[in-house]
Amino acid sequence: MNGSTQKHALFPIKNVIGFGLSLLLTFVAIALGVSHALAFGPVMMIIMGLAVLQIIVQLFFFMHFTESDGPAYHIIGLAIGIINTIAIIAGTLWIMTFNSQVH
Amino acid sequence: MFEHIRSFASHFFVTGEPMIYASDVAIVLFLVGIIFTLTYLKKWKWLWREWITTVDHKKIGIMYLISALLMMFRGGVDALLMRTQLALPNQTFLDAEHYNQIFTTHGTIMILFMAMPFLFALFNIAVPLQLGARDVAFPFLNSVSFWLFFFGALLFNLSFVIGGSPDAGWTSYPPLTELGFDKGPGENFYLLGIQISGIGSMATGINFLVTILKMRAPGMTLMRLPLFCWSVVASCIIIIFAFPALTVALALLLIDRVADAHFFTMLHGGNPMMFINLFWIWGHPEVYIVVLPAYGIYSEVVSTFSGKKIFGYKTMVISLMIISVVSYFVWAHHYFTMGASAGVNSFFAVASMLIGIPTGVKVFNWLFTMFRGRIQLKLPMLWTLAFIPCFAMGGATGIMLAVAPADYQYHNSYFLIAHFHQTLIGGVAFGLLAGMYYWWPKMFGFSLNERLGRWAFWFFNIGFYVCFMPQYFLGFMGMTRRVYTYSGDTGWTSFNFISSIGAYLMGIGFLFIVVQVLYSIKYGERDLTGDPWNGRTLEWAIASPAPHYNFAHIPEVTERDAWWDMKARGESLIKVNQRMAFKPIHMPKNSGLPFIMAVFFFISGFGFVFNWYWMAALGLLGVGICMIVRSNNRDSEYYIPAEDVEKTEAALGRV
Repeated sequence: MNGSTQKHALFPIKNVIGFGLSLLLTFVAIALGVSHALAFGPVMMIIMGLAVLQIIVQLFFFMHFTESDGPAYHIIGLAIGIINTIAIIAGTLWIMTFNSQVH
Repeated sequence: MFEHIRSFASHFFVTGEPMIYASDVAIVLFLVGIIFTLTYLKKWKWLWREWITTVDHKKIGIMYLISALLMMFRGGVDALLMRTQLALPNQTFLDAEHYNQIFTTHGTIMILFMAMPFLFALFNIAVPLQLGARDVAFPFLNSVSFWLFFFGALLFNLSFVIGGSPDAGWTSYPPLTELGFDKGPGENFYLLGIQISGIGSMATGINFLVTILKMRAPGMTLMRLPLFCWSVVASCIIIIFAFPALTVALALLLIDRVADAHFFTMLHGGNPMMFINLFWIWGHPEVYIVVLPAYGIYSEVVSTFSGKKIFGYKTMVISLMIISVVSYFVWAHHYFTMGASAGVNSFFAVASMLIGIPTGVKVFNWLFTMFRGRIQLKLPMLWTLAFIPCFAMGGATGIMLAVAPADYQYHNSYFLIAHFHQTLIGGVAFGLLAGMYYWWPKMFGFSLNERLGRWAFWFFNIGFYVCFMPQYFLGFMGMTRRVYTYSGDTGWTSFNFISSIGAYLMGIGFLFIVVQVLYSIKYGERDLTGDPWNGRTLEWAIASPAPHYNFAHIPEVTERDAWWDMKARGESLIKVNQRMAFKPIHMPKNSGLPFIMAVFFFISGFGFVFNWYWMAALGLLGVGICMIVRSNNRDSEYYIPAEDVEKTEAALGRV
């Protein structure tokens, strides 16, 4: 509502860097997936690592993680986010192992 | 040239089905009727200024409500067509293809284009008023959300007459939905319609979470928040974390279909089960997204119509929060039969049963709130009372389904169909209707006729049990979902026939609601006090319908059930108006941009549906331009002068 009263840099350099970084992380992941340069296991581990970096980029460059002027809601938000992310990623990996049993 | 156009049109428009020709005629007549009426009454400008460009949460709520009721009509007609086809064995009323399209449309519309907007209608209408706020945190975004939902739903519904409807079920499982098996544009309509309205849902989730955390009246601590608002918090948290999974699943499937990728194909390293996994990561939390706000509505209604404060407020809040977290750990119970390991199935079975515990806590709290209360059997309370046994039964059959080994017997049978209709109608639809009746006077300034409402209630409720109880037995007898016909030898005829009668009774119930609304517009009891139910929360402290700025003075909250507490102290907002000078009120300006942006999204979506990429690109370009225009707009707020506020309040008799 009061966006006009807040102080803004003339050029959103932080957002541009963040955008560049998140694109870079995405393309590295795609390249690893498409090129088949490594075996499945290492690719999986590296992509998971990239995903963690991606989360950090999003939090710091776009989601105003370091800014706060009231109760620290984003600590609770982050906690729920981490629980859900782990549930979804770990749950999915666990569920999808059924392939190895079927084969 | 003419031949060319003819062959294009015969593929572009859906042809060959008399019912669809009839609908074509009806749609054209309806549109001509609307255009004529608006032109004749010179209402175009009014429509644009008062509704299309509005950022007022109350008006957006009303638009959501109207859309949801229209969609309920369409989804309901689909249901009746299916029940007509299944009433007797070997019928030819619908062929297999047409039946597939109808059950797909029924499911998708009822959950995504009926339940969701109906909820968002009630979010919009009640939340800011309950908080003592003047609008939501991001009013412009709120309007964007609505128009994205609207054009997403329009795109989906268009498939009915243009291109052909999707026909792979509301869950849209690959590999059936991959290009190899499903060429037509129908599936693309499904993917893009949901994707576009999904952006809107996500924005609504963020918007209302921020609104509740940041826009509460002074003194309204989180533990003084009305329970409906708490349920919206829980629901919004789930929206924010669950919708991305759907977005990803639909986007990957779309990439498969338009760009020949192989995420979910059978060959080239694709894995269709991954779609099912992603779909239910969203899909199960989705049912909590729709049912938690219904719990909130029941809490408000039970407390108001029992004349008591809610029993166990804290346990209500805790159980809402527990549900919103545990709901992420149950999704695999939708595909126990996939063949995952015993460990996986046991984990998700136990988690699914666990979630029944906080729900049970809530049911007991509602019962104890009623205990020794002075219960008024008004319409919202009637629907709430009907909900409890219905949902208890739905919950019990849910526990049966959660037992993984037993689920191998019930999976995708009519037992499942009966179960989820019992939870989604008995839990969600009853709650939505209770909420509609409860807040109707606040929205429109008059109450809905009780007598006609009771007819609707009894027809709908009796119809419900007649329709769905036989389906449990049909499930045990081996009838699977999505069969378009059956032979008389199966012995399913009598139960199916009874079930169809029930469906028609529910249809009559819906017609009574329509009549009730039309009758009450003219003869309904006008609400002059603003507090027709002797309510407890802040929305009842102001006039009905609420003035544009909601609260002339932002109320100070000192207790839970803030308005009840004020009344007990002999205080009212009228007295506050008399005591304190009026001040200018800071409000957001109306804007046509959300509508225009959503139109561009629609154009883009339509382009993708038919693989007309120039059109898709054009649409996206338009979206981008709208965003740039908005980013550079510094003139989006204004002040209502204090004299105008005073005049409005005086006209309402509140000074």
